[in-house]
Amino acid sequence: MNTLHDLAKRLMALEDRIVYCMKCGFCQGVCPMFGASGMEADVTRGKLVLISNLAHEMIRDPEAVADKLGRCLLCGSCQATCPPGVKIMDVFLEARELIYGYLGLNPVKKMIFRILLAKPALFNFAMRVSAPMQRMVFRKTGEAQGTACAPMLSFMLGDRHIRPLAATPLHAEYGFVDEPRSGDGLKVAFFPGCVGDKMYTDMAGACLKVLRHHKVAVYMPDKLACCGLPALSSGDAEGMLRELKTNLDALSASDFDYIMSPCASCTSCIREHWPRYAARLGSHEQKFARETAAKALDINAFLIDVLKVQPVRSNANAWAVTYHDSCHLKKTLGVASQPRALIAANPAYALTEMAEADRCCGCGGSFNLFHYDWSRRIGQRKRDNVVASGARIVAAACPACMMQLEDVLSHNHDPVLVRHTVELYAESLR
Amino acid sequence: MAGQALVKDFEAMLGKENVFGSEADRQTYSYDSAVLTPVVPALVVRPTSVEQLGLCVKKLYDNGIPMTVRGAGTNLSGGTIPDNSDTVVILTTGLTRILEINASDLYAVVEPGVITADFATAVSRQNLFYPPDPGSQAVSTIAGNIAENAGGLRGLKYGCTKDYVMGIKFFDATGALVKSGSRTVKCVTGYNLAGMMVQSEGTLGVISQAVLKLVPPPKAGKALMAVFANVQDAAEAVADIIAAHVVPCTLEFLDNNTIVRVDDFTKAGLPREAGAILLIEVDGHPAQVAEEAGVVEKVLKANSAIDVKVPKDAAEKFKLWEARRMALPVLARCRPTTVLEDATVPRSRIPAMMKAVNDIAAKYHLEVGTFGHAGDGNLHPTFLCDKRDADEFRRVEEAIDEMFDTALKLQGTLSGEHGIGTAKAKWMEKETSRGTILFSQRLRRALDPRGLLNPTKLVGI
Repeated sequence: MNTLHDLAKRLMALEDRIVYCMKCGFCQGVCPMFGASGMEADVTRGKLVLISNLAHEMIRDPEAVADKLGRCLLCGSCQATCPPGVKIMDVFLEARELIYGYLGLNPVKKMIFRILLAKPALFNFAMRVSAPMQRMVFRKTGEAQGTACAPMLSFMLGDRHIRPLAATPLHAEYGFVDEPRSGDGLKVAFFPGCVGDKMYTDMAGACLKVLRHHKVAVYMPDKLACCGLPALSSGDAEGMLRELKTNLDALSASDFDYIMSPCASCTSCIREHWPRYAARLGSHEQKFARETAAKALDINAFLIDVLKVQPVRSNANAWAVTYHDSCHLKKTLGVASQPRALIAANPAYALTEMAEADRCCGCGGSFNLFHYDWSRRIGQRKRDNVVASGARIVAAACPACMMQLEDVLSHNHDPVLVRHTVELYAESLR
Repeated sequence: MAGQALVKDFEAMLGKENVFGSEADRQTYSYDSAVLTPVVPALVVRPTSVEQLGLCVKKLYDNGIPMTVRGAGTNLSGGTIPDNSDTVVILTTGLTRILEINASDLYAVVEPGVITADFATAVSRQNLFYPPDPGSQAVSTIAGNIAENAGGLRGLKYGCTKDYVMGIKFFDATGALVKSGSRTVKCVTGYNLAGMMVQSEGTLGVISQAVLKLVPPPKAGKALMAVFANVQDAAEAVADIIAAHVVPCTLEFLDNNTIVRVDDFTKAGLPREAGAILLIEVDGHPAQVAEEAGVVEKVLKANSAIDVKVPKDAAEKFKLWEARRMALPVLARCRPTTVLEDATVPRSRIPAMMKAVNDIAAKYHLEVGTFGHAGDGNLHPTFLCDKRDADEFRRVEEAIDEMFDTALKLQGTLSGEHGIGTAKAKWMEKETSRGTILFSQRLRRALDPRGLLNPTKLVGI
């Protein structure tokens, strides 16, 4: 029951959505991958044709189609501009699941998604063991960005300039947090995300500081797993479901008004994908995932729209800050003005827009792992726009984008700092 | 799939990264934006220098292989769909340099694959203006615009792509370089071959460079929106605006079907009972703009416009134009297949044409929404259907046949701006004459004796 014909039949389920593609080709204008390679198979129009052709058995080479589908950052830029409004991201994720499922998931990915990322205790242990050893293998690169490279680990990390893992991850520093509401005040579940928990702990700490400043009670269980987006991107729905189960269990132990993450990708995954995929876990899980998704809110939007943080007048000698719109934040969650307003809430900073602020930075999470050369090429365009803006800081509201920005800026020896928008705001609070 | 020897030769010529031979890659160059049957090419090549482009053409000519040149593949008449499975597709997307923007002499020199919107932006940074703005400008290429004589919203006042081509360099079918036109306003050296290349749809040569005319940008602009009870009133208003010697830079039209669907989707509170909406913009010197906007407003009111809106600022104008921007996206969401036509009639015949389009749609039980460029009579009747439903799609084809007959009866044309390609080739003779077809074929055979340049497009060869 697992022939190519079976795969084709399953892919036909996507056909009703694919057929709406009018082949206008407008996706070419916004696709970061197409912008770098110029190949039609790299842009949505081409990929949809290949999925459809595989479904109609007009191409009988699922490896080739899988390879093309993998050359996509899932940034959603195409969907945001698609005239007929094709649900491109859903089609891509479902196609990856079916085709990668047919071909068999890479065993390393399987180990990462189903075991490491789904079992917080194991993942945390692995990272804590590796953190102290980093000093021996990492060499400092970007002075401004605080990045390092690791020639000894180049088989794994390539030529990446990344932040070393934090000596103490966030969950170890804070433990299980379940603060009581202050009066009838708000309470939020804080989902730091893997990068916020293990690498950008200062950034995650700044978020917690801001929440405390505004007297918002925090629920942060120490047994959170990955949000599931990396597994989904790799077509591993089973891995995603394991992670989702762990997360739903951890979150159901307390009550909260909102759930937020400093990571736009995590927030968008909670809101968009958790309810859809929880249906496969059971009706109880689906109901809770749906309720949780309805409470998912980006932290910038929470601060501006709910807590009514106000912009202030910049100081005369304020530093110029430029802002990068993360794809999952602007194109998936529709949050664009709030992060800018948050930067304006610190008088020490003045916002200066860069060109193509909402063009994808090229990280794409696991895309960066498997297509680092393309990721860097896409990132270079973003770097050029950042530098041309003349800003001393580039702010973003997604740690994945921050990693990418630090990598490309460090490689170019640029003195531009990379900060999360909430970090900038936190600096203004006493 | 092309022969191994040929693939190797191209790889040596262009580099492996610019030769796409895999089945998956070739399948993604089998279509364009037209609703037509895809044809998978034998090979796809991407020259990255003009010299390489010439060598590709020569190589294919010497080997007797048909070639289709492709930019962004946004053609709406099938001009970039390969002719057969032996075809090699030549991409111009590796030739994207703007070679010169000359502000003193008001021209620019570009390679064929420069994207229209990128070019317009680069030009505007030097405070100059390149007016042609086809709907696909965000992704379309300049050479594609030239090969199709692309139009756009500004056609009435500023003309189409052909009005901005000062010179062209191209490779003939054998790969020899031909040069026509120049950087000067006046140039009568030899035949106007640059003019011949405009709207030749890849059948006469392969464009390698273009000299484009630039103009000073208008200093001011003012937009208006008017609502009419019926198409006739709107058309009379258009005629009276022109009769009052005001030539708006854009004069866009939405019919009732489109208005209702856009309103369903955007909930913007559009006048759902209206027979037509006109969106008008005048531009030029501020004093002239103020005067002309006043004239337009007066004419609109005199022509029984139910409502006339004049936006106070850019934000209001943006909102007003939302309906026009959303016209195609909204229509495209209604049904799986969107067949976008561009039959064009003299502007005074718009009411007759609109009535015919709606009557024909009713006769064939089809959904249609029409929007377009009222100033130049260029309508976009958009048929909403599902091509998987063979019966429905047959009715669409019959309706389009009948619609073209009507357009020709009204002294209009098959295609205002989308081109003939293979989609409309069968109607060519009806609009022109047998002699026109024969003349065109003889012209092609003289220039392309082996019949390799997009052979089945336009009149065939």
